[in-house]
Amino acid sequence: MTERVSATVNGVSFAGDVAAEELLLDFLRDRLGLTGAKQSCEVQVCGVCTVLVDGDPVSSCCFLAVDIDGRQVETIEGLAGSDFHRRAVEAFMRHAAVQCGFCTAGMLLTAKALAARGIGADRTEIAAAMNGNLCRCTGYRSILDSLAEILSGSTDGA
Amino acid sequence: MSAVGPGASAVGQSVERADGRLKLAGQAEFTGDIRLPGMLYGAVLHSPVAHARIVSVDTAEAERLGGVVAILTADDLSDLDPYYGHALRDRPIVAIGKVRFVGEPVAVVAAESQAAADTAATRINVEYDELPVAASLGEALAPDAPLIHEEPARPGSAHGLGKLPGRDGNVCYRYAFRRGDTERAFAEAAVVVEGEYTFPSVYQYSMETHTTIAHWHGGELTLWSSCQHPFLVRQEIAALFGLPLDSVRLIVPFLGGGFGGKSYTKMEPLTAAIARKAGRPVRILNGVHESMITTRRHNMTCRMRTGAAADGTLLGRTAEAWLDTGAYADNGPRVTATAGDAAPGPYRWRAVEVEAHCVYTNTGPAGSYRAFGATHLQWIGESQVDEVARRLSMDRLEIRRRNLLRPGEEVRPGGKPLDADLVGDVVKAAAGVGWSEGSGGEDSPPGSGGSRGVVPPGRYRRGRGVSVGLLAAGAHPVSMATVRMGPDGAVTVLVGTTEIGQGARTVMAQIAAGVLHAPLDRVVVRGTDTRYTPYDRSTGASRSTTVAGLAVQRAAQEVLDALIETASARLEAPPELLTPVPGAIEGPGDRGLTHAELVRARFGFDGGELIGHGRVQPEGGSGSYAEGPVFWEVCVAGAEVEVDTETGVITVLRTSTVADVGRAINPQLVTRQDEGATLQGIGNALFEEMRFAPDGMLLNDTLLGYRIPAFPDVPAAMTCSIVENGDGPGPFGAKGCGEGALAAIPAAIVNALADAGVPMNTLPLTPERVWRRIQEVGI
Repeated sequence: MTERVSATVNGVSFAGDVAAEELLLDFLRDRLGLTGAKQSCEVQVCGVCTVLVDGDPVSSCCFLAVDIDGRQVETIEGLAGSDFHRRAVEAFMRHAAVQCGFCTAGMLLTAKALAARGIGADRTEIAAAMNGNLCRCTGYRSILDSLAEILSGSTDGA
Repeated sequence: MSAVGPGASAVGQSVERADGRLKLAGQAEFTGDIRLPGMLYGAVLHSPVAHARIVSVDTAEAERLGGVVAILTADDLSDLDPYYGHALRDRPIVAIGKVRFVGEPVAVVAAESQAAADTAATRINVEYDELPVAASLGEALAPDAPLIHEEPARPGSAHGLGKLPGRDGNVCYRYAFRRGDTERAFAEAAVVVEGEYTFPSVYQYSMETHTTIAHWHGGELTLWSSCQHPFLVRQEIAALFGLPLDSVRLIVPFLGGGFGGKSYTKMEPLTAAIARKAGRPVRILNGVHESMITTRRHNMTCRMRTGAAADGTLLGRTAEAWLDTGAYADNGPRVTATAGDAAPGPYRWRAVEVEAHCVYTNTGPAGSYRAFGATHLQWIGESQVDEVARRLSMDRLEIRRRNLLRPGEEVRPGGKPLDADLVGDVVKAAAGVGWSEGSGGEDSPPGSGGSRGVVPPGRYRRGRGVSVGLLAAGAHPVSMATVRMGPDGAVTVLVGTTEIGQGARTVMAQIAAGVLHAPLDRVVVRGTDTRYTPYDRSTGASRSTTVAGLAVQRAAQEVLDALIETASARLEAPPELLTPVPGAIEGPGDRGLTHAELVRARFGFDGGELIGHGRVQPEGGSGSYAEGPVFWEVCVAGAEVEVDTETGVITVLRTSTVADVGRAINPQLVTRQDEGATLQGIGNALFEEMRFAPDGMLLNDTLLGYRIPAFPDVPAAMTCSIVENGDGPGPFGAKGCGEGALAAIPAAIVNALADAGVPMNTLPLTPERVWRRIQEVGI
């Protein structure tokens, strides 16, 4: 069974039939070739598949593709090049907050949602808000340092 | 000539990661991002039972489903010797005749879509005749235990452990050594500490699951795989399918972490076999539940005894350990040997006796995980050293100062002597958690805070701990590298080290740039393609910077020599008057030639390239494990914890690690290694535990039931000190890092908790376990 879906993905319109059971993650990766969102836990815990739907972070591994109908989807490919992304890249590079890079896109998209909501006054608040994005490489501190910088708007290297 | 960016200064600098911007843009390619034309999707049918004879496998119904192209069963392997395993060749590509663990692959489907493959796998009908199950060490070691492997063991091609002893029941490997007379040592001891300890099964959890694509073409096989050791995988695959080595090609894209979980051969044999049958490329991308039964860390039980004289001199230690390797050996024998080596700890003993056993059980296979062996044993040995100190009312730093090996002393007979300043490292680790010598408050009651000025007795108690250990690192020292410089002066480094997130491509570029005085942005390191990349044994055992890095250094030196030779001719100056400067060679009188000018000058043409080769191989001897290691990785950490005595919840307040790296090629990346290992250590110590039911079923096979550390678990203070004594065998005096902290942190946490009044002998330190212990000890 398929449904007709019209949506905007990274500013580009999509209109087409989507299988009712198709996951947003598979739709983005297999149909649109947007492979920046990754698959890992498949149970909405790890956050590597995070994308924004109308600005809200969702786990695309547990989100039906048909549910983007009439909505805006943003992935790392869309975020790249934005002012927020530029600032994030500089902070993450300075703090060496990227290692294997598998979790990185999800981290940036969640961070963008936090920025939009004005979350990020202190590190405890950021840590709590980022609880749904796991990283096995870095030990988190460098990511926390980067996010504290980006979310506070300062670039002086927290 | 024109000025070009920094060159030699690349070494020792925290330069930007070479792959960082690509990854931040979401453009780094991982195996799962690759789509080949005509590629099929694989799904594995896993055994639902832990131990059973396979009566029949009926694929008829599944084959009739739409989209199904091929189904692989044991019947398709009759033209092969279908067993693999680098230590013991004990594992079939898919189960043959019987299954040995819940989750063992029994059949594989290849279909036009993942959904079609997944559905078809559920329509394969297998009849099992169940056998008695031994899902725990106790059951597998019982006198009447069911035999998990009945056939004689065959050694694998890369076990590196000399002659393997025969199997004894379910014990597939035994590692033992004895020095001195332990009975006499214990007879003379004023204090003897002894106990039995349990270490849990832990999942490496690299965020990218095991992923492999296999493509046969013209009788040759290409594999894209998330593997750490492509050359060892190539060797096993070639042996399995009867191909020349060069007809098996491993291409390794970026890896989404590894931590040992992607070492050696994992999903490649099965993917290659189904692709062979389907006649089309096939991809297998594991779910987390599948990767958890592909590999894990060995759970272990251990009995240890430590004896000391009244003045705190350590006299004797005995240890016996049983490591559960699951249904197949994987790297179990090496893990077992490394655990045995870690048992004495880095101390001067009068007598030591160690025996470690690697045991088959009907559970998922266990293999390598960062700092294996050392993580298993260090917390046990170090908690006994602390207990000796407590009973003798001795300072816990002082007992270590008195007994720790000094540089140049023998660690194990015939092996490499100690190459690190352990006393200095321990003092640094202690200082990192605010514990300086003399202010330790060792004479204060445990948990009181004493002179340390922390919290008074009450609901929340604090304690501090340190731990020190050694990890045999470097594996087998065989690595090759090629450095190429083109007529544009740009440099390509070909080296078989896998970028698993540790920053290998960045560090290798820094080493080459450092030797050549080439601008770092003109040096590129690509991923491994075994068809073109020179041989490198493996990416593990903290060996990349030290061993592969040395090969890169030597290869770059050959290119530099050629540049100088050409410059000497062109500038008509002897080599000793020439100086490498960034991007160029300078001669007398301020004359110089850029790298690009020199390459073109050498060939008299706007083409050609300078190629340097670097080689590292065992110097004398066979390079075997017993003669090693390449270096001793130092495992040192400190921790301060707070325990809520009403709930058993532990908060890690502070951690400190010491990265004793000889020379830090990139200090920031060294620090990141320690920070990452610290969080994994916190997870291993406090909550990570795979739980198997008595019938062998893994109960927590998703991240809903198996928790790994998250942002809120980061200690309020986490420091890493880098020690650079230039005492490593690698390039510029470097030695590896990245594993030591994982061995040291759980031990420091256990010691800190004991200091707070709660001695523990079972990991992980879950609130329930800690609370029950608090009731026992009555604080």
